[in-house]
Amino acid sequence: MTRIAVVVFPGSNCEYDAANAVSDLGATPSFVWHSADSLGDVDGVILPGGFAHGDYLRPGALARFSPVMDAVRGFANEGGPVLGICNGFQVLTEAGLLPGALQKNRGLTFLCQPTTLVVASTSSVLTRQATVGQRLSVPINHFSGSYTCDDATYESMVANDQIVLRYEENPNGSRDNIAGVSNVGGNVVGLMPHPERAMSTLLGSADGRVLLGSFVGLSADALV
Amino acid sequence: MGVSDAPEPLHRALGLTDSELDDIVAVLGREPNHVELALYGVMWSEHCSYKSSRVHLKRLPSKGAHVLVGPGEGAGVIDAGDGIGVAIRIESHNHPSAIEPYQGAATGVGGILRDVFSMGARPLAVMDPLFFGELTDARQRWLVEGVVSGVSGYGNSVGVPTIGGELTFDNCYSANPLVNVLAVGALPKDRLVLGVASGVGNLAVLLGSRTGRDGIGGVSVLASAGFDGADGAESLDDAKRPSVQVGDPYEEKRLIEACLELLDNQLVVGIQDLGGAGIVCALSETAAKGGVGLNVDYTAIPLREAGMQPWEIMTSESQERMLAIITPENWEAVAALCAKWEVRATVVGHVVEPDALPDGTTVGMLRVRHGFDGEIVAEVPAKSLADEAPLYHRPLARPATLDAINADDPSHDEVTTSITEELLDLLLDPAWVYRQYDSQLFLNTVVGPGRDAALLRLAGPGLPTSSRGIAVTTDSNPRWCALNPRVGTALTVAEAAANLACVGATAKALVNCLNFGNPTHPEVMWQLSESVDGMAEACLALDIPVVGGNVSLYNESGGNDIDPTPVVGLLGVVDSLIAPPPGWNWNDGDAVALVGARMAAGDEPFPLAGSRWATKRGRRGGQVADFDAAALRPTIAFVAQEIAAICGGASSDVTAVHDVSGGGLAGAIAEMVAVSGRGVVLDAFAGRGECFAEFPGRFVMGTSNPEAFLARCAAAGVPAEVLGAVGGQHLVIGDDVVVDVADVARRRRGALEDQLNAN
Repeated sequence: MTRIAVVVFPGSNCEYDAANAVSDLGATPSFVWHSADSLGDVDGVILPGGFAHGDYLRPGALARFSPVMDAVRGFANEGGPVLGICNGFQVLTEAGLLPGALQKNRGLTFLCQPTTLVVASTSSVLTRQATVGQRLSVPINHFSGSYTCDDATYESMVANDQIVLRYEENPNGSRDNIAGVSNVGGNVVGLMPHPERAMSTLLGSADGRVLLGSFVGLSADALV
Repeated sequence: MGVSDAPEPLHRALGLTDSELDDIVAVLGREPNHVELALYGVMWSEHCSYKSSRVHLKRLPSKGAHVLVGPGEGAGVIDAGDGIGVAIRIESHNHPSAIEPYQGAATGVGGILRDVFSMGARPLAVMDPLFFGELTDARQRWLVEGVVSGVSGYGNSVGVPTIGGELTFDNCYSANPLVNVLAVGALPKDRLVLGVASGVGNLAVLLGSRTGRDGIGGVSVLASAGFDGADGAESLDDAKRPSVQVGDPYEEKRLIEACLELLDNQLVVGIQDLGGAGIVCALSETAAKGGVGLNVDYTAIPLREAGMQPWEIMTSESQERMLAIITPENWEAVAALCAKWEVRATVVGHVVEPDALPDGTTVGMLRVRHGFDGEIVAEVPAKSLADEAPLYHRPLARPATLDAINADDPSHDEVTTSITEELLDLLLDPAWVYRQYDSQLFLNTVVGPGRDAALLRLAGPGLPTSSRGIAVTTDSNPRWCALNPRVGTALTVAEAAANLACVGATAKALVNCLNFGNPTHPEVMWQLSESVDGMAEACLALDIPVVGGNVSLYNESGGNDIDPTPVVGLLGVVDSLIAPPPGWNWNDGDAVALVGARMAAGDEPFPLAGSRWATKRGRRGGQVADFDAAALRPTIAFVAQEIAAICGGASSDVTAVHDVSGGGLAGAIAEMVAVSGRGVVLDAFAGRGECFAEFPGRFVMGTSNPEAFLARCAAAGVPAEVLGAVGGQHLVIGDDVVVDVADVARRRRGALEDQLNAN
């Protein structure tokens, strides 16, 4: 059974949703409080959405100093699968585990709406079971989701196949329609859309299953 | 009479009348000191005491076998089945939002959430019915953007989805916008907790934020008085701005988690939120309910700023605070749990025996002291603050102008404009608003904002497993209520029940937010009284208990009262929710059916009085059609049953459903055309009356098998007929309406943003 740590910061609010999605795919979630210095014996880590530490200063800027982030960094450096969703993505960029940064949306309003994602790379832990060019309906829910990075970073990301997901129609002004990126190793991934909100046709879409299924599945492989 | 230079007496400055001061002297047997006067000033305010409305509210039915908690607690609670209770509450935050729209709306959300989790329920959803003046006025655009971003900024961050609401524009709200907020939560039934202090020796613990000078006198200075100026905008006294509270959703989020964990670990005896009137309200209400006394050390209350006076500390409405009653043995565990969530916890009071009176009875005294054993700065019977404000039977008078208004019926106006253009002009998609709200958190939202009603899976952290759903809607129609507050309110309840039926739900509980003008105007009290009677009539006829409510009076500016605006929040249950309801997306070839009465009594179209069509034309007179329970009840029940079957997984010929409401029958059809992207071809309607009249409890439904569908309608005794069919790229109603589907969608989509962006 794949074990997934879901990190909870004060102000996180998607931790239950992430845990439910992971359970739904047959894995076992465990909550890890932000002050912990260990993730426990797990096969993967999710940093869920929400407003860690109230998003004060700016999203992720305080969360990167939470004690648990040392454990997350250590786990990532050993090749462990790490996924940041929405606020979790912002935390990973602030922590330097992913390149680039997330700015306020182009329209300067919060946006909660469906988007269509296009899979750009299948070499990440999030997209292993998807196909390049696959279109996925997954909602966004953020104020600061406009992805940005400098030209050198962008070129190296293209060269290393680190652009994981793009929006079909750009909702927030992200550079090159980027919705999700990975590190060079492909084991650390961040995305602004919420795949855990796309787990069931009853709720509008089940297209998030292939993404989280990839993540949970790879974690299982990493066991052996 | 000459003008006196003498300063205003203190009690009047605090919002108390001379006779109320006499009552206080009678209760205490002496003159109150300044601190005590301040406590009575907030607790006997209209907002806290319902002193003008309570005699009327008693007429609302509140009983039902499934009602676990009725009116008078933080929130009403019903038994939704499967061991789950659902809590619901609605409140207004009108005057704060008029002065400071972002913080006014934000703290409205925060306050309503505390009401819900103070019952032990995890807040699962928020709705926000909003009323502004017309957007041609720049100040209204500023208010809309401020209020919407306040709801968005607070609600999204605190982690509760906003799943719907209402958006109404009418110039009666120009200087006095209405911001109502409804919240729904759910709890395992055994976690239900009430705001009661009990157990002599127990501790009163203040949780959450420190106390500051924000929001002092919010309930009295701000909520229980009108705005003076006739010009509205400029005269919204800046002097009142300090009475607006400031919200911190991050603090509230941690407070929610800490309180729910305290309850899960059975560490509290009673718990109550701090809202209007601050800590004095929570202390006096919990003590009064428990029949005990409370000894309070005001110097123990953590402060945000230096130099605060005892009366300020006791009445401050600083946000994100809760009061818990705990046993001394549990203090260490409570303190540790709160420390984990970084929530401040401070012992501020002790539960003590009530005082014995000479007649052998007892009375719980609230004593505010400087140190637990120190000087007493205020000493009053707790229940005199909480329960014994004077009740007013204020004079009622039917407005003298109403006969003339009712006689001025727009139904037979000679009109030369194009029906097509009139129809397009009525369409408005509120997506610009609800896109700014997280509507999906907790993975429950089956039908989100912008539809007839919101539909959620009945699930959440810590709840027993259930396959049920809950549906919620908020509805109001000030246009109807201005013409006839009794019938208008009854029809509003019918409209809400019809909205629930569209998502397969049957109504189980109603909460109301009664937004009216100045209660010292007899016409306003007449409107309120009539409205309550209409609500009672509809609730009895449709079998819906009223489990809570809020009254917001003094919604006036420059002496002009708002139109009567009773807002109805209705909660329904769907017994099995495994498939989504059909919604507005019909298919080519479907028959378009109208379910419910096509014509009013006498085979006339329903009146246009009170319709959006009439109001847009400046026609505000006429009379609304009667609330006809015998016709409405079976129609609404039939539709709810048809849709519930689909939600339960049954196959059905029904492909789409939408109730007839604002914009009338033609408006409902146009919305379905816009959303589905499919045209319809319908036979002619009987003129504007049939196109735009808004009588509720009627439904536009798509069906792939009209014969079978009409047979089921007939078997249920429900009138129904086929109006035409889905297909093509145009919306066609006889020769009157012919318009391209893309134009319908574009006009609807752009209507709000175009107005907001106008200069």
